[in-house]
Amino acid sequence: MNDLFSLIKEEGLVGRGGACYPVWKKWDAMRQVSGAKKYVICNASEGEPGVFKDAHILEMFPEKVFEGLCLAMEFVGTKEAFFNFNCSLYERMSSKMEYLARQTRKLGNTITFFKEIPSYIGGEETALLNAIEGKRTEPRLKPPYPSQFGLFGCPTLIHNVETLFDIACVADNTFTHERFYSISENGKSFGVHHLPDDWTIRQVLEEAERVPSYDFFVQVGGSASGPVYGSDQAETEHVGGAGSIEIYPLTMDPKELLQRWFDFYARESCGKCTPCKMGSYNLAQLLKASKEIPWQEIMEIVETMEATSFCALGSSISVPVKTYRRNILGL
Amino acid sequence: MMDGKRYEALEGQSVLQVALEYQVDIPHFCYHEDLPVGANCRICLVEVEGKVVTSCTLKVIQDLEVFTQTPRVRALRKKNLALLLAGHKEQCPRCQQKELCSVMQTLRAYEVDTGRYTRPKTACPLLRLATAAEIDPDLCIGCNQCVEVCQKMGVGFLKLEGQGASTHAACTPNEKIDCLYCGQCTLHCPVGAAREQSAIKEVEADLEDPEKIVIAQMAPSIRCSIGEAFGQAPGRDMTGECYTALRLLGFDRVFDVNFGADLTTWAEAHELVERIMQGGSLPMFTSCCPGWVKCAEFYYPKWLPHLTTARSPHMLSGAAYKTWWAKKEGVDPQKIVVVSIMPCTSKKYEASQEKFLIDGWKPVDHVLTTREFVQMLRARSIDLASLKKSEGDMLSQYSGAAAIYGASGGVMESALRTAMWLLDGTSMERVMFEEVRGMKGIKKAHVQMGGKTLRVAVCATKTNMDFLLQELEKDPEAYHYIEVMACPGGCIGGGGQPIPTTQRIIAKRIAGLYSIDDHATIRRAHENPLAKEFMEQYIPSLSADRQQQLLSTHYQPRQRFE
Repeated sequence: MNDLFSLIKEEGLVGRGGACYPVWKKWDAMRQVSGAKKYVICNASEGEPGVFKDAHILEMFPEKVFEGLCLAMEFVGTKEAFFNFNCSLYERMSSKMEYLARQTRKLGNTITFFKEIPSYIGGEETALLNAIEGKRTEPRLKPPYPSQFGLFGCPTLIHNVETLFDIACVADNTFTHERFYSISENGKSFGVHHLPDDWTIRQVLEEAERVPSYDFFVQVGGSASGPVYGSDQAETEHVGGAGSIEIYPLTMDPKELLQRWFDFYARESCGKCTPCKMGSYNLAQLLKASKEIPWQEIMEIVETMEATSFCALGSSISVPVKTYRRNILGL
Repeated sequence: MMDGKRYEALEGQSVLQVALEYQVDIPHFCYHEDLPVGANCRICLVEVEGKVVTSCTLKVIQDLEVFTQTPRVRALRKKNLALLLAGHKEQCPRCQQKELCSVMQTLRAYEVDTGRYTRPKTACPLLRLATAAEIDPDLCIGCNQCVEVCQKMGVGFLKLEGQGASTHAACTPNEKIDCLYCGQCTLHCPVGAAREQSAIKEVEADLEDPEKIVIAQMAPSIRCSIGEAFGQAPGRDMTGECYTALRLLGFDRVFDVNFGADLTTWAEAHELVERIMQGGSLPMFTSCCPGWVKCAEFYYPKWLPHLTTARSPHMLSGAAYKTWWAKKEGVDPQKIVVVSIMPCTSKKYEASQEKFLIDGWKPVDHVLTTREFVQMLRARSIDLASLKKSEGDMLSQYSGAAAIYGASGGVMESALRTAMWLLDGTSMERVMFEEVRGMKGIKKAHVQMGGKTLRVAVCATKTNMDFLLQELEKDPEAYHYIEVMACPGGCIGGGGQPIPTTQRIIAKRIAGLYSIDDHATIRRAHENPLAKEFMEQYIPSLSADRQQQLLSTHYQPRQRFE
């Protein structure tokens, strides 16, 4: 197991839920804590628009994900894990999942499926812990981190589906520094592509044969929280976050796009903190009520959300809005 | 270092805690020192190394340099205030009355326009908690304090409902959980969304009616806490100032619930001694806390025969005014209006219960909380702290035993003082029962009297009640006598008390109550000459039925919301 830990560190594996946190650091934290009971959680919440690679991985390589999960459990020294599913996704693939869970049971591992009501905040790891515990799905104060005080107060290791897939690949020497890219165009899926993780946006689009014939711009890493780049920037920029590329025509109506983001944030805000819940609601209302885009008012709220939100969900709204303004609208 | 000034702090303290300690002004809405940090209002912002963070989550370290008033911090606070309190002024009844509460003060200090932003209507009606308290979902800011405190009390009736901007406090759908009307939610609400059901209008109408004789009586706990609303230290005894203030408000007579407390002690101690000597249901529980009575009636009906049948202090004294005093003074009882000022919201519920009616009239007509009393004084620009002290009217005499009723353990101690006299029959009996004093949730003691060892217990909050009743399930004979209060620290920490109320403040108020007892010349309920006259002369002159009507109550299992 120490070999696997070193390999993961050497390969520079990072979390694929969007935060890109080094996997070895999470593992190391789990080594530091003592506790009779520990948990591993696989997070398949995948609640952000434009991101659908976890569903794809579970569809295509479920064995690998379970392999990764069992390796993580072995490393942590636990026989208990939870698998957090977006409930509609679970319905789609329950027979396969239950089968694999039965297989791991033969190793003495218990994997419990938690079926969450699909939500954006449900992907936030501490909100996920609350949801499994039957509490309101909202983020917890950190510290303590899940590795110190996680599920039911026990040290908990939480990994995204793709991260577990990568761990299994490292273990059997098939890790090739690739990641899964979800590609879509204005809400329409163009499939998932497994390609090198250091490619530029342009390279990914070319390889996937999805370079549009029209003038376009892209939003990468998640269609709610990811940055927006012009087609020229796509030549040099990489895909971060949860690995998505969404293509928009350059003729896209700015008001429509902003409204789409604001409505999403207003709908998905968990209601915990002031700037996110009241800010996103008022952004959506303000825009709806205005003919022109009231930029000054919008930016005041966006900046307040960025500076003072409780969790990354609220503060991330500034990323698409600010990059869109700067890179596409030239404001 | 805060704003260039050096402060000493303990490791592990948050910057907000230190600021509060040293009265450095940092506005905050979701922080309460007795509850877990929620960090959700995002108002208590400060700047550290150029970054804006919440001071409630920022832990103190050596040489930390914090700025609490930078333009950036103030601008962000202002923005979040405008968002958080969108539509507040228009919805809040107290704002509508132009009352300068702490919310209004903050809004003014930051020049916040609450009409700038909007919030969605929840489409949920006002949540009425019997006749005690109410929660306005459209005023709720979702700070979660009421939910946390309800959980901490061991009730768990409230929870947050809805998502995003519609998030608000609501009651749990769990049929097995009911509200005790303790009002701790109202005590922990920073914006008046959870509040008492106001009786101010009704009281003012009666005060204006020249036909009516309006009697005010204040509970033991009011005098040592109300000063806080007028800049006084917690625990400072304001009895005399309160009497003066009540007269200024137009009350015709100023009596005192403490007199009623001596009556309750009298009745309760007799019942305890009777149950011990003649083998009645033991343990006997106190019943002057309507929150506890509701708890027993809903959660623990099997213990109802164990509750003392003695009526609670203000119900006993109210009945005494409308019978005994009315007869003495030759006034028509129908014209008497009794207004109790209580530290409690569930007293409103108690006073409205039909089972207390005597010949169709209520012993207590209206109940005001300490906060409503303060509101009435502020509306008339009466500064309590600068008033001259005055004496109460005839029925305001009380013993030290009555004064301590407000503290958890006080009812027990008062009853023990009188029970000891009843059992030992000497005047050499003990006065102080330190074992049952203090802020601990459960206190247990063995007390020697009448050649017996009395096993007693005192508990506060449902959390502790549940523990104690579990113990009784295993050993029903574990105790002879148990005092139960719904609120932490007893009535002095009640849901109708001034905001803020914290464990530390409660402890100081309690010290004030015991100091009144220490300085009292009469320290036992049965030595109060007026109580003696009422119980030994007036009551025996009545028929057995009438005695029952005035002194006793009964209990019944209750459904949810009943």
